[in-house]
Amino acid sequence: MALALVSLLNGLSYGLLLFLLSPGLTLIFSMMGVLNFAHAGFYMLGAYFGFAIAGPLGFWPALVLSPVLVGLLGALFERWALRRVHPMGHVPELLATFGLSILLLELVQLVWGRAPLDFSMPPGLQGAAFTLVHGAGTGLQWVAGNPPASLCAGPASCSPFPMNRLFMGLVALLALMALWLMLARTRIGLVIRAAQSQPHMVRALGHDLPRIHMLVFGVGTGLAALAGVVGGSTFVTEPSMAAGVGTIIFVVVVVGGVGSLGGAFLASLLIGLLQTFAIGFDMPLRDLLPSTGNVLGRLTLSQLAPVLPYLLLVVMLVVRPQGLFGRPAP
Amino acid sequence: MPHRTDLTGCRPPTWPWVWATLAVLLAPLVFDSSLSATLLSQFGIAVIACLSYNLLLGQGGMLSFGHAVYTGLGAYLAIHTLGAMNRGVLLLPVSCIPLVGGLAGLASAGVLGYLATRKSGTVFAMITLGLAELVAAVALMFPAVFGGEAGVSANRVTGAPVLGIDFASGRQMAYLVAAYTLVSVGALYAFTATPLGRMLNAVRDNPQRAAFIGYDPQRVRHIAFAISGFFAGVAGGLAALAFEFVGPEALGAARSGTYLVFTVLGGTTFFFGPVVGAALMVLSQALLSELTRAWLLYLGLAFLFTVLLVPGGLAGLLVQSRRVLQGPWPLLLPVLPGMLLGGLLAGAGAAAVVEMVYHRQLEVALGPQLVFLGLQLDVTQPASWAGAGAALLVGLALIASARPAALRRWAQVQQTLAQAGTDGERR
Repeated sequence: MALALVSLLNGLSYGLLLFLLSPGLTLIFSMMGVLNFAHAGFYMLGAYFGFAIAGPLGFWPALVLSPVLVGLLGALFERWALRRVHPMGHVPELLATFGLSILLLELVQLVWGRAPLDFSMPPGLQGAAFTLVHGAGTGLQWVAGNPPASLCAGPASCSPFPMNRLFMGLVALLALMALWLMLARTRIGLVIRAAQSQPHMVRALGHDLPRIHMLVFGVGTGLAALAGVVGGSTFVTEPSMAAGVGTIIFVVVVVGGVGSLGGAFLASLLIGLLQTFAIGFDMPLRDLLPSTGNVLGRLTLSQLAPVLPYLLLVVMLVVRPQGLFGRPAP
Repeated sequence: MPHRTDLTGCRPPTWPWVWATLAVLLAPLVFDSSLSATLLSQFGIAVIACLSYNLLLGQGGMLSFGHAVYTGLGAYLAIHTLGAMNRGVLLLPVSCIPLVGGLAGLASAGVLGYLATRKSGTVFAMITLGLAELVAAVALMFPAVFGGEAGVSANRVTGAPVLGIDFASGRQMAYLVAAYTLVSVGALYAFTATPLGRMLNAVRDNPQRAAFIGYDPQRVRHIAFAISGFFAGVAGGLAALAFEFVGPEALGAARSGTYLVFTVLGGTTFFFGPVVGAALMVLSQALLSELTRAWLLYLGLAFLFTVLLVPGGLAGLLVQSRRVLQGPWPLLLPVLPGMLLGGLLAGAGAAAVVEMVYHRQLEVALGPQLVFLGLQLDVTQPASWAGAGAALLVGLALIASARPAALRRWAQVQQTLAQAGTDGERR
């Protein structure tokens, strides 16, 4: 039971991290029709910039400065590269971002090398946020911070929930609230939402559409970089972190319904939970589905974990091609 | 996407095909070392793979991130068939193995393509990416079939020789690849002229209109996807025969990315573009990767440069320069030296900086010196860095100063060419 709760929270925080990555993708996609293939590359760049800034200035300035810098780079890329291929259609745009993702990976390896970096959160954000203690006679108990060793001794079992995971979830929630406030309550948000559905009318009313695109691209990549600083210091900062999360966020966007933020929210939580639970509850498939044969039955749930998001994608495409909240194709 | 220029209804010239056939038949005789036999085999395989990829990208407007799935599954079925023949379970001519791979490619592309081609454009690209990840992850879950990280190997010298050919030598293998390459290139070229091939172009350019005249765009895409999968599988089967080994990287995203990058570098708007791309692929993987550790960086830069500035790729550049050389090239004479010199200086300076950074990052153990273009550079000496930086800056300045005149002249050239085109039509 305690393990299930901690797994649930782990899954939620990972899902929130994924969701922090999806607005960049899905806003850019629904507005410009561009799938930003380099999005995960900006996530990685955010982590490396965060590492570079955290060295001399500390973690908190890095948390702010890295997203700003990466967002500026993203806006520059939109201005100098994407805008140039925009008239040629979506495939060249997609190719341009694909080329950028190769370049970002190579440049990061050139500057910081191929080995994982020692990038972690400050001591105040490490250790356990709280611990669930399952005592022999006491039932389930909630202890803030690290419990005394005496409590976990003997038949009792302790399931800690790490502080950095909690922080990751909080940062994601705050950033997304800010984004939502900007989209729903400010004038620029109004224009952005209008540009999503009625670009020509927005243009006719005198708004500079290319500049809105640049802004949205910058904000989207900045959010990816924020996720990178938090994710890189919670998990590992290494060149393969882009590939690790890259395809998953595409799955999130497709499953949620392309262009829908609410759908992306649900899909990222779903995928975060799916993966964490599959790893947390490791058992052979045979025990779950007694009818599976010898070959399939021997596989364990944790072996299946990397496949689950893609299976979800395929099932979704068969059952509901427009995704959870996507509008059906005309 | 620009319209095709080599399929405008007039009969294509036959001479290039004759020359190509002769070259393919003679090449294994002229270059007879085992290395060149291997390179020729790789080239033929890459030609089939890139052309099958361009059937999707260039002719169907479908950007797939999972082409390695179909080459890879073809390779796996081929290597298992070969293994069964080694064990004596199966009797089959070795020369038919690539067809087995083709069938695997056809079947897998038929099934997975049904899911992918439900959408077009960007969503199609995302789905192919997801499916590729799915297949690669599933393959690692079944080491009994896919050999896990170690891969699967088999021996291509098996059974009784047919007409004295047992494929023991690299040259015999190169000839088998050559035969398959010729037939596949011919078939893929013929496909572009069939009603289905033209319908595929129509679906790429305007799916709504294609639907109005009674063709289901989704179905056209699906059939094209399956055909592309067949030829990809043939390429995979040939690769399995040539290397007698298939590893998990055959299904991986990196391999798919390679097909994509080199097809685009070669040029997607011309039929023979991917052939140029395949030549680049073999050359850069065999030679460039030996020459410099930064080759992936150069490749990425070249790719981005191509996408942004040369949408027709290398083939488009070749066709364009041929037209310019036949006509108004003297117009460019005054600006050419400045642009060329600037480009060379800037390129050399940038490459020197990149090489020094790579050297500092990866090869410190070899000492601070490195040789670049015959020059001795030292990563600890500021003079080396300053020299490289100066070359880069001077080159950029030259380009910047020559650019306005060059752009003007280039516009004149385009105008002359367009004029010549309309004159030709009038005649």
